[in-house]
Amino acid sequence: MTKAIEVNCTTGEVTERDLTAEEIAAQEAAQAQAEADRAAAEAEAATKAIAKAELLKRLGITADEAALLIA
Amino acid sequence: MANTYTLIQAQTLTTSAASVTFSSIPATYTDLVLRVSARTDYAGPNDLMIMTFNGTGGTSYSTTTLIGNGSTVVSNRTTSAANIRNGWVDGATATTSTFNNAEIYIPSYTVSQNKPVSNFSVAENNSASAADAYINANAGLATITAAITSIAFASINASNFVSTSSFYLYGIKNS
Repeated sequence: MTKAIEVNCTTGEVTERDLTAEEIAAQEAAQAQAEADRAAAEAEAATKAIAKAELLKRLGITADEAALLIA
Repeated sequence: MANTYTLIQAQTLTTSAASVTFSSIPATYTDLVLRVSARTDYAGPNDLMIMTFNGTGGTSYSTTTLIGNGSTVVSNRTTSAANIRNGWVDGATATTSTFNNAEIYIPSYTVSQNKPVSNFSVAENNSASAADAYINANAGLATITAAITSIAFASINASNFVSTSSFYLYGIKNS
């Protein structure tokens, strides 16, 4: 069981306890959101890579040549 | 300009923990500062530390993030989120014994208004690979108008902060 550490700033007391069901649910929701964000970022990067490749093909130049144009 | 910089409480973990919370924070300061040096057992080089106030989740937070590693820069934003994102933390496959370091500033934490947060952090892998050293700057906002009485840290990947991770809470008075 994963632990939660709580420090009471008024008394200085430190409490170690198991995560509550609510905290576990919040953890799972955060994890799901992180995975969704990662998937969205990967999809966006893939879309950009495809668009870039298509543009280079239309222009008839390589990525290195395109970099020279904007250097 | 701050006239005081007082340690309120500190916690250095002696065992791994999924969350670390400072509770019953006194309302006697003007601003709060947190200093964190942490590492998690997430199965990768970098984890992401998140923060909530007063046990509130839901849709109360937004974060604007700028991340750079020397070769790549990424900017993103989350809105209506359940937490504020506080930047990268070294994960289990980062170089042994490397930890992130972060400073989080929360001004006017007792004032009845939304709570802005700034965070500046580095996850340094002590590696020759530039891609393993991240710098983060985050601007967060919590739409919580009540005074902040508790602050909780966790991993967005539901991993555990490892032993010797340390969390320091300071209070600042402007008079």
